[in-house]
Amino acid sequence: MATTTQPSQVAGRRRSLQITRRERNWGLLFLAPWIIGFLLFFLGPMIASLFFSFTNLVLVRPDEMRFVGLANWSRMFYDPLVRQSLGVTLRFMLISVPISMALPLLMAVLLNSRYLVATPLFRTLFYLPTMVPGVAGTLIWLGVLNTQTGWINLLLVRLGLGNPDWFNDPRLVVPGLTLVGVWGVGNTMLIMLAGLQGVPTEMYDAAKVDGAGAVRSFFTITIPLISPVIFYNLVLTVIGAFQYFLTAYVLYNGQSGPENSALFYMLNLYKEAFVYYNMGYASTLAWGMFLVALAVTIGLFASARRWVYYAGGEA
Amino acid sequence: MAINTNEARTLPALSSTSPLSKQMRNILTIGTITLFTTLLALVYLMPFGYAAAVSLRGTSIETDTPLWPAKSAQYTYEGQPYDLYKVTIDGQTRQLALVKKGREQSTFVDPADPSTQIPWKGRWRTLERVRTFSPNWGNYSEAWQAINFGRLFLNTFLIGIIGTFGTVVSCTLVAYGFSRFRIPGKNILFIILVGTIILPPQVTLVPTYAMFNRIGWTGTWLPLLVPHFFANAYNVFLLRQFFMGIPREMDEAAMIDGANPFRTLISVILPQAVPALIAVSLFHFFFAWNDFFGPLIYLVGQESRWPLSVGMTFFNGQYAQLPHLIQATSIMALALPMLIFLLAQRVFMQGVVVTGVDK
Repeated sequence: MATTTQPSQVAGRRRSLQITRRERNWGLLFLAPWIIGFLLFFLGPMIASLFFSFTNLVLVRPDEMRFVGLANWSRMFYDPLVRQSLGVTLRFMLISVPISMALPLLMAVLLNSRYLVATPLFRTLFYLPTMVPGVAGTLIWLGVLNTQTGWINLLLVRLGLGNPDWFNDPRLVVPGLTLVGVWGVGNTMLIMLAGLQGVPTEMYDAAKVDGAGAVRSFFTITIPLISPVIFYNLVLTVIGAFQYFLTAYVLYNGQSGPENSALFYMLNLYKEAFVYYNMGYASTLAWGMFLVALAVTIGLFASARRWVYYAGGEA
Repeated sequence: MAINTNEARTLPALSSTSPLSKQMRNILTIGTITLFTTLLALVYLMPFGYAAAVSLRGTSIETDTPLWPAKSAQYTYEGQPYDLYKVTIDGQTRQLALVKKGREQSTFVDPADPSTQIPWKGRWRTLERVRTFSPNWGNYSEAWQAINFGRLFLNTFLIGIIGTFGTVVSCTLVAYGFSRFRIPGKNILFIILVGTIILPPQVTLVPTYAMFNRIGWTGTWLPLLVPHFFANAYNVFLLRQFFMGIPREMDEAAMIDGANPFRTLISVILPQAVPALIAVSLFHFFFAWNDFFGPLIYLVGQESRWPLSVGMTFFNGQYAQLPHLIQATSIMALALPMLIFLLAQRVFMQGVVVTGVDK
């Protein structure tokens, strides 16, 4: 630090200060759309919904809104529909998440194989179904899994495996919805493929020299090296499962399926908010889901220390 | 990370020095892997085949086949059309026209020799029809009219295009701000921005709805459009990554020449960021084409303003008994996104990878 300042230095600093201020103002101007949007559509509504969760707000009678303390929150804990919807959502997660990780991984491994011919064609074909709009895809799968004319069911009957009534048998609803979901794995596949392409080939060569077969080097080299990518997709898939809505809604036209077997958390929330207009309780449900999802995500991050391998050290 | 799009990978061990058996083994592996991948692709894409087949089907239950659109093959005998059946006589299966139906005995005519009538003992209902491939293209125009597809398509398209415009403009500005300017607290702001990705939209749902309801926007497109003019985390992130890769020297040169930051953005940054801008446009357009929850809650009862997603769901509830129309609608609804994707798939897939891996 200089103790004496020359006049020319002062002028220089003032100029740079001016530039900084000018730069900051321009920068804030460019950030303005997001900052305003964040306040209007994120922070404001978040605070408001937390507030609503302690009230009995009903949309059609806003004047009668009163503070009800923890009534909504305690109701949520004992609400059988909440319990049912959490159960359905968790069941869906347990069945669907492993499949929505394994299938794209298989596709990515095939696409990454140097033995595959016409890779770009297959990559496009595997990605294509992801482009199908959700409602159209659901309607197509409803047909394929139909008990009379659906191709999957015809095949199962021909193989002597019975004729499962996917969407009317409460036990089969979640597996049926899982099948519908396999058309949405394209993004996961692409990201896993990029991860696989980042694995240095020398490692495979070294393993081969050491006598490791393809299966062994897949589990000891490939999986650990792409574990960050697997983890990232796992978190996204789990969060997505909490928000599962479209397919179940389209399938049962807003109803909750036989014996509430398709009453997903989000469907229950939607009904409270937009069928019964219980906005106060719906806000509580939203926060309840946020807290459960947050806990699961934190749990996943905690488990990641044991199985996610970062080549560049801890990320 | 970029995805290998060119086929520069060379197949190993096809050189002349390697022994024949190794070469054979390589070819065998290539064959096995490619065959397996082909089978997987066939199974995975099979529902497209189903939708196409059903969308072209006729409405008669008698002649329906689940696998392909068909109608009964017919033969005109003495000026009258008769259906052809597969009849086994003396261990020989022939295709004969059923001219006289009886309970226990029927009379057939062989198209190759119409002069002799062939009596046959047995129940004609147990016989298999001769079917010919007969796509019912009229299903598409019928579905188009039944669902008012033109209106739904136009609505979806407009909602998509306007929202895409808002997203691209706002995200470009914000990403430029994050990538080029020294702003106090910028890092914290950026962390908050990325943090909004993991916030479930349900948490803000009720107050946002209540707000739009209060200002009278429910029942219009505004709640589906206006929020997209305020940038979103995914696309800002993608564009920021891209802008940071563009060398600063060029915009500094433009600044020295007297261009203000706006000019610099438009004349220096944007021309170099075209792939990223295309990716963001496509992401938003596909999001809007898919969006279901927003239109479902904001456009209740406003049939003339519905997009395809909500219109098709409503249609499905009403016409569940007419699968050929449902499947025709599904195919019509997926045609445009699929076409756009096929034309721009490289840019699009790279965008997916950037937002997914580099974060």
